[in-house]
Amino acid sequence: ELKGNKYNKNMIFIQIMLIINSFTPPPPNDQFQEEMVIRPLYSGDIYASFQFRTQWDTDFLHDGKKVSHYRLFPKSLGQVLSKFSVRELHISFTQGYWRTMQWGQPFIPSPPGAELWVWFHHTVTDVDGNWKELTNVLSGIFCASLNFIDSTNTVEPSASFKPLGLGNATDHRFLRYATLPREIVCTENLTPWKKLLPCGSKAGLAVLMKSEKLFHSSFHSQAVHIRPVCKDWQCTSTAWELRQTLNVVFDLYTSGQGKKEWSLFKMFSRTLTEACPLASSSKIYVDVTDNPGVNPLISTAVVLGDRRTYSVYDLTKKETFGQLRSLNLLLRWKGENDMLRPPLHAERYVSGFGLQKGEIHTCLYNSHPYRAYPVLLLDSLPWYLRLYVHTLTVTSKTRENKPSYIHYQPSKDRLRPHLLEMLVQLPPHSVTEVTVQFERALLKWTEYTPDPNHGFYIGSSVISALVPSIVAMDTNSTRDRPLFSSFFPTKEESSYFMRVYTEPLLVNLPTPDFSMPYNVICLTCTVVAVGYGSFYNLLTRTFQVDEPSAPLAKRLANIIRRLRGVPLL
Amino acid sequence: ILLKPLIMKITRRGRNAALAIAAVVIVVGIPLWWKTTETYRAWLPFSQIGELDSLQLQLSVEVEVVFSRGTLIPELQKKVPLTETREQEHQVDAKTGLQYRYETKYRTATIMEDDALNQPTAQEADLSLHMLSESACGSVVVYIIPETSTLLPEGVTVYVGQRRTALLRTTVFQGRGGLKEVLSALHPLVKQVVDTMSFSHQDILASLSDRMRAGQISKESLADSMRAIKSSPGYEITFSLLNPDPKSHSLHWDIEGAVHSYIQPLLDKLTPIANFSVDSQILYYAVLGVNPRFDNSVSAYTLNADSLAHVINPVEARLGSNAASSNPVLNFLLYVPDARHSPLFIRDRSQKEVPSNAFHSPRWGGIMVYNVNDMYDSKAEFPVDIDISMAKVMGVFLAQLRLLLGVQKTQPPPGFLLQSPGSAGLADWELDRLLWSRSVENVATASTTITSLAQLLDQISNIVINDNIAQQVSSAVMSLHAALAELEVGDLALALQYSQEAILASEKAFFDPSLLHLLYFPDDQKFAIYIPLFLPMCVPIVLSLLKIGNEVRQRRADKLAKRD
Repeated sequence: ELKGNKYNKNMIFIQIMLIINSFTPPPPNDQFQEEMVIRPLYSGDIYASFQFRTQWDTDFLHDGKKVSHYRLFPKSLGQVLSKFSVRELHISFTQGYWRTMQWGQPFIPSPPGAELWVWFHHTVTDVDGNWKELTNVLSGIFCASLNFIDSTNTVEPSASFKPLGLGNATDHRFLRYATLPREIVCTENLTPWKKLLPCGSKAGLAVLMKSEKLFHSSFHSQAVHIRPVCKDWQCTSTAWELRQTLNVVFDLYTSGQGKKEWSLFKMFSRTLTEACPLASSSKIYVDVTDNPGVNPLISTAVVLGDRRTYSVYDLTKKETFGQLRSLNLLLRWKGENDMLRPPLHAERYVSGFGLQKGEIHTCLYNSHPYRAYPVLLLDSLPWYLRLYVHTLTVTSKTRENKPSYIHYQPSKDRLRPHLLEMLVQLPPHSVTEVTVQFERALLKWTEYTPDPNHGFYIGSSVISALVPSIVAMDTNSTRDRPLFSSFFPTKEESSYFMRVYTEPLLVNLPTPDFSMPYNVICLTCTVVAVGYGSFYNLLTRTFQVDEPSAPLAKRLANIIRRLRGVPLL
Repeated sequence: ILLKPLIMKITRRGRNAALAIAAVVIVVGIPLWWKTTETYRAWLPFSQIGELDSLQLQLSVEVEVVFSRGTLIPELQKKVPLTETREQEHQVDAKTGLQYRYETKYRTATIMEDDALNQPTAQEADLSLHMLSESACGSVVVYIIPETSTLLPEGVTVYVGQRRTALLRTTVFQGRGGLKEVLSALHPLVKQVVDTMSFSHQDILASLSDRMRAGQISKESLADSMRAIKSSPGYEITFSLLNPDPKSHSLHWDIEGAVHSYIQPLLDKLTPIANFSVDSQILYYAVLGVNPRFDNSVSAYTLNADSLAHVINPVEARLGSNAASSNPVLNFLLYVPDARHSPLFIRDRSQKEVPSNAFHSPRWGGIMVYNVNDMYDSKAEFPVDIDISMAKVMGVFLAQLRLLLGVQKTQPPPGFLLQSPGSAGLADWELDRLLWSRSVENVATASTTITSLAQLLDQISNIVINDNIAQQVSSAVMSLHAALAELEVGDLALALQYSQEAILASEKAFFDPSLLHLLYFPDDQKFAIYIPLFLPMCVPIVLSLLKIGNEVRQRRADKLAKRD
């Protein structure tokens, strides 16, 4: 047996030698693509969207064999995926609110603050335990306060968040969704995010990500999406896809003295000199639909229900950079065309007065001229807003609009939030208003935030819908498409998936005076002490009749007399 | 005159009332306040922990000395088998004592063992002896072979094999003086063998370095113990390939195969000590923290030994911590210098090039520089595909890993020949050495943790001690006692297991977050809350008690005066 062992070792050694001798690099089983889209917005702002996609043909969830050798895929995320048996992970950090009515639709929507939703593998037994640990680990990786995610702000949506990757898991016991609307996004979140890229910020499109420019903007959103996808068009095996996206809206119109003109250098104060050498494709798309005839390198794509024209710059080609070896795009545009109004948008506000009761209004706008379509509305409200669900009304065009599906999970104090999901049919060209009343709860004094008078943030509502498309959508998933148009899978030509987030709410809760406990202690102690003192005196002192002493005037006169040496009175 | 009894009565009533109130406050009020503001403190075995503070370690080694044919004259052969126990005691400091027990069994070789010793080479003899009987973990078998034996090369007196056996060559003992003299003549050599194969006093002292002041341990063993990573139930080993120049070099390394064939056998051997997990990554655009200097004389870039200290920090930011576990990480970096800064050589303090072109950082890991500039000519098309020779790299990393794990490169005494561990990467006796020092280190660490925890809890009476902490502490103390007992018996595997349990439980108790809750509630704030109640209540009571005391004394003085 021992000899056999030795023989095996020799064999391995020989095999290694063979590999070394006849070396040709094996085809890598991972690839990296980078892409940037620049779209001038109707309002005069510039929307820049970066997407970085790493695809790795491996299986983290495979039993037995551990994946532990990483090349392009970041090791820290890979370890998290395999340790917590994560099937799909979506995390976004957003500063600012996406103004759908002025800017149109974003390529990948996200709510203000931090949002995290995770599908766990169906073999996980303790989903809540995994979720808790996962949020803590992610909070370390992204330098964010995701550790504040606990059972009081986590929900299991039944219909709104379906897996975006392969596999049609429907059991929402393995889904967790949480938002932190108050999370402030800044450089310390961007740095670890950039570190996940194979080229870091040393080469390729990520060179443009200078934080003082990125955060000097009207909207900033960075996200990480991990999901299993098909390895090839036959879909015989699965691969893991990591998409890192970063969306920024620059307000160049006001800062550029009203000139409709932009350039890469103006936006990022950098220019491009090379693609990331590890990227298999590296492209810049500039939306020239409203300014045709600028550049010959044109491609068209159907994205978000609209056919757009792009001029494409391929960074892997040398001629893109010209003689100066640096790429700086500059564009002036007339841009008087009307924006395509997004068919769906929503807003939300709190009404009512005083600190006892209030009412949440959610308005859903269907601007499609003749098509009605259903939308899924998800509301996750903290327990300290006590919802009166019997007051829930849905009205469109002054008539009651009964939701065809309602999923309501009542809150438990200090344990779990309210979850309200409903399927509402939006009539064409209409406003549908969803209202519900609530009562503000009194918190324990340790439960208040450090600045309670600022108010409490309530996360955005999520509206998901299949919106009818004006142009035919591209359902052929095998065709090579730009990354920004391939995130949400499209199954039919006539409609596309759209997700809209409303504004987060800021609700005031009745706030006590926080020095009160000490004041109360002092006051009661004083009262007790005074009562006790007089009681004690009554019990222990004796009272005697005393000789009446001389009146005050006489005593004063005597003192003066004594000083003067005159006989006393 | 009529008023006087009345006044007397009234004052007596007042005095009684004051006394009664004071009594109520003292008998009911203070205990009630004490009870309601008390922090919960579960019972801890303080007396047992106190005993642990002064550690008396007893280590037992089983040694078997086998006389092969022709090493003992027949008269003496009749007197063996024989068992002898030697003890050695060291008082390290006021709180630590060591006692070594060597239970030595002397016997003559069996026929089969004699046959095995007749093999042509020492290595084969070692293997066949191992096939005959497997010795227990922690024990040592010494075969005495005659001087005429050709097993060992010239000038070598002792051969230490890959298992737990050693061959010792001596002259044939003549009849003079009897067995006792023979054995005592043999003893110094056997002791040297045992010191090499199980533990020496210096090794044990180095393992106890947690408990001791510096200066008591020899510099060499201290350096060894400081280099080795601290004992832990698990380790993460990360291999990182740093490619600062992906535009010029497209690097390929077969890390999976290399780990399987070079690292895994060693780790498999080490499973009794800890769990290991291995992973690897490739980092692009990762640069070292110092700019290497170009040396015209060798037309190469050089890194001096003094600047190596600054190399690691900037790289470490890129390595990323292990998100999924909290075990200590051992990093092994393979740095391929960029095309414009190649070749790069590391120089030691005497300005000589280090042949392996690698260095290690204690308790952190190792870095190796791998020059690729001679694998292509300047006309090559970039990026150049380069395959890294893993045999060369892993040889260096394996040596570094052995150092960092505390498998010391023992300097054998003169005349000793140590068989290289071969494909397993670790000889059995090396594992034993590691087990001895790890068990002692664990016992020392766990006992210091537990005693300092007990001290802390004793000093700060504000800390709440929950039941789970008390349970952890008791189980740590129990495991410690068990580990000590196993060391005394000489069962090394169990001793290590118990000592690891002790460390785990003690650290869990020490770092329990519940211990922090009331730690920082300052006394002045507490009394700021109490004073509005306590001051107005206590002042009248104390004053009236003083007054009553004065009156009583006055009356006694009056009585005495009257009597006089």
